[in-house]
Amino acid sequence: MRHVLSVLVENKPGVLSRVTGLISRRGFNIESLSVGPTEDPTMSRLTAIVNADEVAYEQITKQLHKLISVHKITDLTSEDAVERELVLYKVNASPERRNEIIEIANIFRAKIVNVGRSSLTIEATGDGSKLKGLEDLLRSYGIKETVRTGKIAISRHTKE
Amino acid sequence: MTEGETRQRRNAATIGAPRGLGSKTPKQGATMLGAEAIVASLEAEGVEVVFGYPGGQAIRIYDALYDSTQLRHVLARHEQGAVHMADGYARATGRPGVAIVTSGPGATNTVTGIATAYMDSVPLVVITGQVPRPVIGTDSFQESDIVGITMPVVKHSYLLQSTDELTTTMREAFHIASTGRPGPVLIDVPSDLAGSMMTFEYPDEVNIPSYKPTYRGNAKQIRAAAKLIEAAERPVLYVGGGIVSSEASPELIRLAELMQVPVVTTLMGKGAFPSSHPLCLGPVGMHGAKYSNLAMTESDLIIASGARFSDRVTGLLSEFAPHADVIHIDIDPAEIGKVREAQVPIVGDLKSVLEGLVGQLEKDGATPQTAQWLGEIDAWRKRYPFYHASVDDADAEIVPELVMKELSRQLDPEASIVVTEVGQHQMWAHQFIDREVPRSFLSSGGLGTMGFGFPAAIGAAIAEPGKTVVCVAGDGSFQMNSQEMATAAINGVPVKVLILDNRALGMVHQWQKLFYDQRYSETLLDANPDFVKLADAYGWQGERVVRPGEVPRAIERMLASEGPYLLDVAISPEQNVYPMVAPGAALDNVMGAIDVAVGAVRTDVLTAEGR
Repeated sequence: MRHVLSVLVENKPGVLSRVTGLISRRGFNIESLSVGPTEDPTMSRLTAIVNADEVAYEQITKQLHKLISVHKITDLTSEDAVERELVLYKVNASPERRNEIIEIANIFRAKIVNVGRSSLTIEATGDGSKLKGLEDLLRSYGIKETVRTGKIAISRHTKE
Repeated sequence: MTEGETRQRRNAATIGAPRGLGSKTPKQGATMLGAEAIVASLEAEGVEVVFGYPGGQAIRIYDALYDSTQLRHVLARHEQGAVHMADGYARATGRPGVAIVTSGPGATNTVTGIATAYMDSVPLVVITGQVPRPVIGTDSFQESDIVGITMPVVKHSYLLQSTDELTTTMREAFHIASTGRPGPVLIDVPSDLAGSMMTFEYPDEVNIPSYKPTYRGNAKQIRAAAKLIEAAERPVLYVGGGIVSSEASPELIRLAELMQVPVVTTLMGKGAFPSSHPLCLGPVGMHGAKYSNLAMTESDLIIASGARFSDRVTGLLSEFAPHADVIHIDIDPAEIGKVREAQVPIVGDLKSVLEGLVGQLEKDGATPQTAQWLGEIDAWRKRYPFYHASVDDADAEIVPELVMKELSRQLDPEASIVVTEVGQHQMWAHQFIDREVPRSFLSSGGLGTMGFGFPAAIGAAIAEPGKTVVCVAGDGSFQMNSQEMATAAINGVPVKVLILDNRALGMVHQWQKLFYDQRYSETLLDANPDFVKLADAYGWQGERVVRPGEVPRAIERMLASEGPYLLDVAISPEQNVYPMVAPGAALDNVMGAIDVAVGAVRTDVLTAEGR
């Protein structure tokens, strides 16, 4: 099962490799990862998506808790969390098809961030299903390149 | 340590506090070099002995050590040896062992030692020199990313970034190494920081919000555990190294006696429960007694105490103890449920949890109902003994089991420490050397490090000068760190080394015999050196015995000798460690156990060559 792990860590050199090293060492693949500073400059937040069954997931979180650099782990897998990812697509777009693509982008509230002679670059934000919907439609035009930020998530509750 | 001292050390406020003067050190407030502050920090922590090896990037630390009157430095002959010595020191005393080495190869040579300590939860502080900060990352001479290299095998590590962090880092390192589930902590010290001036302010306390081990077991869980124990008819106490770390032997003995629960011990748990105790079933697992393995398999309740269901204990997991509920007590929550689901998990310090459990059982007025169970186990014990004179068929050859029994007979269990290397001899020592007190049997359990035992024995002998320290070694393992004979000789460490010398890598040889069609690929060590001459070369005394009748007197001479002594005992490479559970087999599927009911022969032996 897919788990969204939100890990609050010390903002120090090497901490990212401690966390990711531990996850991969115990045999799990990280599907998506994003890291950034938090409201507290001494802390960073790391959002990782891993696929693991319940027993394995429990083991990963327990092992992560043992890292001195890890302060808090929150499971944001549940529906009580907002999940977002930003994706940039470079799509084949001959001048006569540009408008179609722009229309599709508009439906998904995506932005055109660059227009080239034969391509468009689209910036889209959303949860997994929205992005997948957009990508499916764009694929028929030919996606030349995709760049993703990795997923981030936040709890809907005032207190985690 | 007296009961009073133990209690004081367990007091919540003092857990992990400096054992030395801490901030009361006379050096507090003084201006000094970073290197001097490292030494002053070690002094403030109450460290008496450090093990190490100097080098270019550690030279300032060594310069500062030159002036220390409190610290004794033991110069090893290889950095791996230094870390194993620190490890042996830590295992023998419970205090963190300290090693200091230089950057690059000095640091990488510590990796096996650190990994060994990590797997067996031994508190270590390893200080590595590092190249100056401005050249880190440039592949400069003797540079290695030791923090990165050791990341998977340390409890925590630091790359020192500023002298401002030096004393808090040292304090945190000792605190983290010695509290919770103990483990190795590494501090990498760039040499420019060692050469910078700073003001020495040593803290007594640490502030690590993300590190708060749970010591006190959950009261509700303890009550639930008591209920299970009261209801159990076939309980087993499964005891690991956690009992030793937590100094919980007295509480363990009280619990076992109160409810009359038999006790099996892992390699790491040996000594935690007295071998002579009627409830002690001794070793369990791959080379455990058949009766211990049967007890585990047939039990209805396993009380796992500081043990982690290692594959060397459980055998085939799907058939392990199929009827048993599990109470799992451990200070590390990640061990609980990792391998075997626990019906009652208890996270906490074993000493207080077992004390609470005994208190609860007494309050409940619980009485043992294990008489029938103990009777069954006793019948197994009589039927499947570890050793029987009738299997000793080779009069002309020395039988390793008998050597271990004789060594055990001659050692005072209260005043001796047995340290092993890794292999067949380790298992024979585990099976046949009786230990009555914790910290008297030291062995690399988790990592299985050949080359650990001899330097660890030197560390233990330095820690406990009043005790006889015997390293039981194989000829293969001993040669992995035999250079440390120089360290023992120069430092006057009277360590005894007994080599069970089969001129082979016996354990692998045994597996090749049993499971690989006797294809003995690279396991014969025929060209061994003359160990007695080697001993002589290092200024040791030594002796080789080849006839069974000579063994008792030779052991006597070894134990009576004043200085370091090597006893080379010739045994056959065809000796097998039995009983044995084949890798991947169920725990009760035991090969080579002696069965008295069929004439005291080893049964279920796979190969025609088997003894």
